Amino acid sequence: MPQTNASQTPLIAMEGVGKWYGAYHALKNVNIQVAKGEKIVLCGPSGSGKSTLIRCINHLEEIQEGKITVEGTVLTDSTGAVDAVRREVGMVFQSFNLFPHMTILENCTLAPMRVKKVSKAEAEATARKYLERVRIVDQADKYPAQLSGGQQQRAAIARALCMEPKAMLFDEPTSALDPEMVKEVLDTMIGLARDGMTMICVTHEMGFARQVADRVVFMAAGEIIEEAPPEEFFSNPKHQRTRAFLGEILAHH
Amino acid sequence: MASIGFNELYFLLQGLKWTVALTIIGFIGGGIFGLLVALARTAESKALQRVTTGYIAIFQGTPLLMQLFVVYYGVALVGLNVDAWIAVAIAFTLHASAYLGEIWRGGIQAVPKGQTEAAKALGLHYTSRIKDVILPQALKISLPATIGFLVQLIKGTSLAAIVGFVELSRAGQIVSNQTFRPLTVFAIVGVMYFLICWPLSLWGARAERRLQTAAR
Repeated sequence: MPQTNASQTPLIAMEGVGKWYGAYHALKNVNIQVAKGEKIVLCGPSGSGKSTLIRCINHLEEIQEGKITVEGTVLTDSTGAVDAVRREVGMVFQSFNLFPHMTILENCTLAPMRVKKVSKAEAEATARKYLERVRIVDQADKYPAQLSGGQQQRAAIARALCMEPKAMLFDEPTSALDPEMVKEVLDTMIGLARDGMTMICVTHEMGFARQVADRVVFMAAGEIIEEAPPEEFFSNPKHQRTRAFLGEILAHH
Repeated sequence: MASIGFNELYFLLQGLKWTVALTIIGFIGGGIFGLLVALARTAESKALQRVTTGYIAIFQGTPLLMQLFVVYYGVALVGLNVDAWIAVAIAFTLHASAYLGEIWRGGIQAVPKGQTEAAKALGLHYTSRIKDVILPQALKISLPATIGFLVQLIKGTSLAAIVGFVELSRAGQIVSNQTFRPLTVFAIVGVMYFLICWPLSLWGARAERRLQTAAR
């Protein structure tokens, strides 16, 4: 595993972040720093705010309090800041969200052509490179509906990689998959981690957390309760809520 | 009683030509403005939403006939001395834009939210999100309803007769008055409408079936 805490300024930093949905307090004073190359696994019971947290990082959700910095850019509501942050950060969704009216290749080339203004030929070359990497280059000319769930999610990972982001956010990437397809997606993510990608993954795959995470962050009721390296997190959880959560989730695995 | 010969049929076909022309103009004009209405209706701005909601409510809540009168006399009132033809084209464009705007608003909102989120996460701007991601899916979803409205619009053009516009129905009335054979004349007129509308309805039904198969 690569050395991670070498760089001083974090790639992603959240300081005192608070978010409300109306009266509902979704995130409470969230502080987290992610160094370049670091892999974070975010876990916690449903409704604990983990998805909300990563969705704030690329401004799919607005925050009402605190500060988010990505690669030196302070994330405000201004288009410039939002654009700058989204250029550095890729995202993979639970429900894949591939564009159903486009082939896999077109899914991968759209954003580079529109946002980075690269030529079609260049975008296709990049797309094939990343489709090769997630091992579905032979499916490039098919439509998403013609692919299995696992293949679709790998295509979605390739689509995000085509923008060559510095960090990747994964929002429960395997939760919508049939069990036999979970592994192929996790293997892709492990490969990505090995290549040094900065990753924040919301997932319940504790095997994945053990294998690739530098830190496991546990959230409950909108707060970060505990964070620790995986060995420590799993063998010696400090907080009672963490123990309860682990007891429940590991019993099912 | 005069017989219905070549001249009468030719006169009816002239009327048919204007019916088709009026429909095409209403549909294209209505399509362009309707798209703007649909986009405004689904925009983040509350003011835009409210204005377009009101616009749609007015045109859906009043008879087309009344809209024709208001535009026809309204245009004259503001001092513009225009052809019946232009006034009618404006009225149909406004009417169609409200209905198509509402149909396409529904289509846009039927596209799953995840599509917009994925497009945003990729850094795509509003124009590209709408043009490349949302509209192709929304228009496909809206196709059956759009065709349905087109059929309504074709039949609706007959109301333009009221302001002196000689389209198919008015041409039928004129021929009927000349020949004293109303039943035959209007049967011919009916067949003409039917031959245009029926294939469109079939197309709409097929589009709907395709959509249902795709959704399964």
